[in-house]
Amino acid sequence: MNVLRQALVIFTGRYLRELYRQPAVIFIALLQPIIWLLLFGALFKEVAKIPGFGTGSYITYLTPGVVIMTAIFGSSWTGMSYIEDMQTGVLDRFLTAPVSRAALTGAMLAYQAVTTIVQSAIIIAIGWGMGATFPGGLAGVAALVGVAVLIAFAMAGLSNAFGLLTRQREALIGASTTLVLPLTFLSGAFLSLRLVPHWIADVARFNPVNWAASAGRVAVAGNGAWGTIGSYAGFLAIAALVTAIAATRAFGTYQRAL
Amino acid sequence: MTGAVEAEDLRKSYNGGKAPHGGRSPHGGKAANGGKAANGGKAANGAAGSDGVPADRRVHALDGLSFSVAAGSVYALLGPNGAGKTTTVRILTTLSRPDSGRASVAGIDVLAQPGRVRSAIGAVSQHSGAVGLLTGAENLAMQGGLHGLRGKELRRRTSELLDAFGLTEAAHRQAKTYSGGMRRRLDIATVLVHRPTVLFLDEPTTGLDPEGRTDLWAVLTELAAGGTTILVTTHYLEEADQYADQIAIVDRGRIVAEGTSDELKAGLHGDSVLLELDSHDRAEQAEKILIDIPQVAGASVDGSSVRARVADGAHALPAVIGGLEASSVPVRSVTVARPSLDDVYLHHAGRSFRQAEKVTVS
Repeated sequence: MNVLRQALVIFTGRYLRELYRQPAVIFIALLQPIIWLLLFGALFKEVAKIPGFGTGSYITYLTPGVVIMTAIFGSSWTGMSYIEDMQTGVLDRFLTAPVSRAALTGAMLAYQAVTTIVQSAIIIAIGWGMGATFPGGLAGVAALVGVAVLIAFAMAGLSNAFGLLTRQREALIGASTTLVLPLTFLSGAFLSLRLVPHWIADVARFNPVNWAASAGRVAVAGNGAWGTIGSYAGFLAIAALVTAIAATRAFGTYQRAL
Repeated sequence: MTGAVEAEDLRKSYNGGKAPHGGRSPHGGKAANGGKAANGGKAANGAAGSDGVPADRRVHALDGLSFSVAAGSVYALLGPNGAGKTTTVRILTTLSRPDSGRASVAGIDVLAQPGRVRSAIGAVSQHSGAVGLLTGAENLAMQGGLHGLRGKELRRRTSELLDAFGLTEAAHRQAKTYSGGMRRRLDIATVLVHRPTVLFLDEPTTGLDPEGRTDLWAVLTELAAGGTTILVTTHYLEEADQYADQIAIVDRGRIVAEGTSDELKAGLHGDSVLLELDSHDRAEQAEKILIDIPQVAGASVDGSSVRARVADGAHALPAVIGGLEASSVPVRSVTVARPSLDDVYLHHAGRSFRQAEKVTVS
């Protein structure tokens, strides 16, 4: 299929090459989640002892949360790449060539999938080194990485659409920083929702970041709740699809503003 | 039936407060045609605008622009910044859409079938378009891949283009290390990968040194000789004069004159008198005096010199010098010359090219 082939050309011909030619970017992308894991692991170590928290070990609780948080942090910046492409003329070159707009979105999502998978694997390995346990085994870990990729897709689509619509670096930075931290803290990524105020728990039920964190945690816990995981993953897939369509359609809006 | 590129009555306006990204902001109120609905029946579309911005706040980037480019020729859209050149190229290359009007490229309707147009054209925007972290060869290969070239065919085409554009040696260096001229050559090579019949270049020589400009024009001239139609925008009079087969002078969103350089100059039927004065102030003073002399059709100041348009240089000279002497404006030197493109611009746009550039920059 033409769209898939073009997406592959941009993904391998451009994004992967750009990634490995920027070792600093790779270094930061790997360092950041390690800092989160060490910092939050130490900061909240004792909360697991609060009655009703549920899990005995905080690092076991935290590791899936950091996987999800890292996924949305990285993907919330993808729109920046389009803004840069507008300024360097790269976007105009793509848009005046017979390149499918869906292929542009697809290439970006493929790139996001790769970085999310690598980052997740490293966080999981370090978490395991710090004493986290994954009773769900390989299947559970794979499911955690899978939902991390889905939430990364949803966030990347949002960021891409926003970048194409606002065409402003500052606007995207503002939106990203305003959105990402609250979404993370309005979820069970760091604290069991049984311990937070009711309104936060209520909001979290509609927060895709919480769907991903919950599904990931249930998956690695290995209590066989595949139905729960599946329904969360389904909602996340819908969110990813909707934002991917929005991001693809945003090319047209960008062009209409030219 | 028609030319390789056809534009017919293109109109486009922007919300005055919101300039389109990347391009320079179209100039202010002067262009707005007094805000009146000059577009007749299409006024509702053009003037009120889909975003509900009142007509008097909208900037008319294109105000009924039409032209036709013969296949295999080099056609230059010449005009100051903000005249509407970039907007025109954006519409013809399917990036943007006009509020009204029609356009076709290589016989394909731009508005109805943008996808087919994209396969037929190569478009180089003002900004480079090359991915800086990729090498020249990789940029070419990616573009070729997007056009469906693969394997041996892609490799052959890539090395062929690198060779033709003198980039073989730099093929495996990242594009961000290229000089301005090399980058431009890479840009052009990249959009030629699928052998388009029409090539669009928006201000390709801006930012290049004289040598780079000459090289670039040599490339474009050769491409045209090979049958490629080339539409180029420029705000350098000399370039259009020297290299273009046909020149269209664009001012405030319309074509005010069109023809070969010689035709445009011959159309003026007259000479220009170039006067050197002591200072810019003196030059402005002289301009005011000259305009009142019956033999002078127009005058413009550039630095400390004044250019006056007259029907016959030899006959007008005594009146010109006499007029300045009577007002005690000392003249350093006087030259009578055949009309230049600058005179052509002055004649059709009612202001000199440099004045127009200053208006839009400020």
